[in-house]
Amino acid sequence: MITDKLQSLGRNTIDNLAGFGRSGLMLFGALVGKPDFRKGFPLLIKQLYVIGVLSLLIIVVSGLFIGMVLALQGYTVLVKFGAEGMLGPLVALSLLRELGPVVTALLFAGRAGSALTAEIGLMKATEQLSGMEMMAVDPLRRIIAPRFWAGVISMPLLALVFNAVGILGGHLIGVDWLGVDGGSYWSTMQANVDLYQDVVNGVIKSIVFAVIVIWIALHKGYDAIPTSEGISRATTQTVVTASLTVLGFDFILTALMFGG
Amino acid sequence: MTTRKIEILVGTFIVLATAAFLMLALKVANAGVSGSGESYVLYAKFENIGGLKVRSPIKVGGVVVGRVASIDLDRVYYTPVVKMEINEQYSNFPETSSVAILTSGLLGEQYLGLQPGFIDETVEILADGDSIQDTRSAIVLEELIGQFLFNRGN
Repeated sequence: MITDKLQSLGRNTIDNLAGFGRSGLMLFGALVGKPDFRKGFPLLIKQLYVIGVLSLLIIVVSGLFIGMVLALQGYTVLVKFGAEGMLGPLVALSLLRELGPVVTALLFAGRAGSALTAEIGLMKATEQLSGMEMMAVDPLRRIIAPRFWAGVISMPLLALVFNAVGILGGHLIGVDWLGVDGGSYWSTMQANVDLYQDVVNGVIKSIVFAVIVIWIALHKGYDAIPTSEGISRATTQTVVTASLTVLGFDFILTALMFGG
Repeated sequence: MTTRKIEILVGTFIVLATAAFLMLALKVANAGVSGSGESYVLYAKFENIGGLKVRSPIKVGGVVVGRVASIDLDRVYYTPVVKMEINEQYSNFPETSSVAILTSGLLGEQYLGLQPGFIDETVEILADGDSIQDTRSAIVLEELIGQFLFNRGN
């Protein structure tokens, strides 16, 4: 009985570690080596379009609504203390430090990460990856690398757009609807937001999240069991694992950046 | 979709993100030209700095003229030394000026209030690296209450 439990624990641990090792080897094979800009650049542009530009709409709409909700909820509490002038820093700091990078990463995992896993998993199931190897084309360099870089480039940019749109949404609700003074919305924000402490740390967070989400999505697709059931399981795993890892890393990064 | 159209859309995306960053940097964090201008350094020693923090504002009559650059402890007398960065355009404070740690409102943040002193022919103008001698420390509310209770006991 207990030996069976021990055995399954050991097997799970070995499987997880082996998967982690394979994902490391995949990333190593994709990224290390002499870059070929002439061939790689058009592929990168194509992926920037698929991963970045097509995610723009969901990012802008969610950013706008999250900024508006933050302003609405923050106002009801702040107005009790007569401190509705501090609405600007409330909206800006919560977006820049936490909500911008985290919500962008979660949406990105759902919008782009799942699509990447399904795409690569299907490439594996229809043996396109093996076909490339037969033609002496390295699938890691041709398929994985452009998608990885496109994700790492586009997610911080999406987070910046999310933050800016969210702050404008907060302005829309706070100033134009609830009647907070527009001058104090911006000026208290400027007095309380620091470029390095808040804006740059938020960008660093979102670069880390981008690597996590993209790496998990690519690995789950590349490692998927090449059946329709395997691909569907890999796609689900991408969204669940990436979201949980992002939330866990968010706590660690917040403790490191703002905890001291 | 043609390559040209994709490239144009990606270019628009990059431009949009750059615009968002510029808005965050200039309009939200206010790290523009005016914030990082030329500045010079003055020092002041206090008995107690209360809740003063690095980057707290330095005000003359309510106008922000600079920010606190760092707060250290003097190794000989164990008193706090505040390093102040003051904008270059306000560069003629006399050495008779005084500086006090004040609080904006009852519960607000603490800032440095700089009071320009008088000028006559024996008074020199403070230059980069000089110290302001006349300082008043922060009022710590707990100490005030403690003194009040102590006096009532007598």
